[in-house]
Amino acid sequence: MTYPRGTLIRNATATRINHWITGGCFVLLVLSGLSMFDPDTFFLSALFGGGQSARAIHPWIGIVLLLSYCGLIVQFWRDNLPSWDDWVWMKSIDRVLVNEEEGLPELGRFNAGQKFVFWSMTLLLPTLFATGLVIWDVYFSPYTTIEVQRVAELIHCVAATAAILVWIIHVYAALWVKGSLRAMTQGYVTPGWAWRHHRKWLRHLAAAGARGPTPRSGGKAPSG
Amino acid sequence: MADLQSQDYIRRSASTMTPPSIRDHEAEVAKLIDVSRCIGCKACQSACMEWNNLRTDVGHFEGSYDNPSDLNPSTWTLMRFTEYEDEQGNLEWLIRKDGCMHCEDPGCLKACPAPGAIVQYANGIVDFISENCIGCGYCVKGCPFDIPRISKVDHKSYKCTLCSDRVGVGLEPACVKACPTGAIMFGSKTDMTAWAGERVEDLKSRGFANAGLYDPAGVGGTHVMYVLHHADRPSLYAGLPDKPRISPLVAVWKGMFKPLALASMAFAVVAGFVHWVVEGPNEVQPEDEAAASALLHKADEPK
Repeated sequence: MTYPRGTLIRNATATRINHWITGGCFVLLVLSGLSMFDPDTFFLSALFGGGQSARAIHPWIGIVLLLSYCGLIVQFWRDNLPSWDDWVWMKSIDRVLVNEEEGLPELGRFNAGQKFVFWSMTLLLPTLFATGLVIWDVYFSPYTTIEVQRVAELIHCVAATAAILVWIIHVYAALWVKGSLRAMTQGYVTPGWAWRHHRKWLRHLAAAGARGPTPRSGGKAPSG
Repeated sequence: MADLQSQDYIRRSASTMTPPSIRDHEAEVAKLIDVSRCIGCKACQSACMEWNNLRTDVGHFEGSYDNPSDLNPSTWTLMRFTEYEDEQGNLEWLIRKDGCMHCEDPGCLKACPAPGAIVQYANGIVDFISENCIGCGYCVKGCPFDIPRISKVDHKSYKCTLCSDRVGVGLEPACVKACPTGAIMFGSKTDMTAWAGERVEDLKSRGFANAGLYDPAGVGGTHVMYVLHHADRPSLYAGLPDKPRISPLVAVWKGMFKPLALASMAFAVVAGFVHWVVEGPNEVQPEDEAAASALLHKADEPK
């Protein structure tokens, strides 16, 4: 992948592929999962060839999702470690929401909202996987009691609802903050985008003479 | 059978509309199993296999008279044998014919996510409509009696139908037909309750002070009832639940949580849209690019 001159690399090609495998699996899991959740959404099972097929394929997609998300954890965990600035930023979330970011702490590669999405999913997806195994009737029903399966079923539904809410926030934020979507499709952002949203990240790249996505990744910083 | 319409549904799984229910002028039926008259001959099991064309695989001896050792997709009714020593030290051989209880408030139907896979007819019979079954196993979690079994071959859930095909044409269930001692009776729920009352009186006169009818209120009553010598302790009879009811976990999952979850998702989407309309997107400004450019030039300068 070649990036336009003067831009910064926000997400490397492997990261983007990894992200979209995860995202694709998540969408398929939401559609097939909702079809088994409520009568009003049962019609979604038709997208998978009927209720039997939706039920059969859902857990397999879940396995792919978990493996794929592990790749994202490896790539993103370091830059998602919380800092004091996140707390200050979160307390001013009302100003962030009205697009007034001046005066807020300068942010590294990720802001507190992005970190919230990352850690929420890092908690919720393994929970969904573990409870999903318990209620994967075809293969795992003999290994637990029905009462344990009832508990797992309820946790699975609650965690899935939470994950869907986090996902809606994630998708909307990507649409809201212009330039973010391209950062995950074509992989690059303009220096101005980095200045506006992740100024500390930009400073680190500039100081290291790196183009991104991290100061460690080398490359040459654009000289604008 | 699916082509023969019943048009007498009073409940239909995962359905928000009223199911076809016009032909509802019929009495609620009940099967009464008088445990005190059962001799454990398993004629009912054989009759069930014969009428329903079910043949389970030959298993292994497990040290018990229970044969096969548990219900399975091809065994819809099963004699469960319990050796019980009473307070006087007498051995009592308690034999209970296990199978679907046809609850008035069926947990399987409540839990089922597939529209029309589980129905309840006006006569009270709870039936699995297999072509609509998706094999998820939710009915297993919904059932307070641990009855439904999922086939590993066709991934459909199976259980006793109370011979809904026979009852629909005025016959009694096959197990009732085959019972040689009259331990299994079939008729209207009213008649069966009255008959059970006579049997309970008889048992009480013979020293079983706690004899009684098992028609548990926790599931709204059942359309398969037991006469028990020890109705105060149903669990003596191979773990028959003392106070069966739909698990509160299932009730929450299938009750308030579903609308709450969907409403919260819809709210999140609408909130996002409103934010877009009111505040609009967060766009990079020319001064951002200028500031970034200055920073990068400065970084390029020799230190």
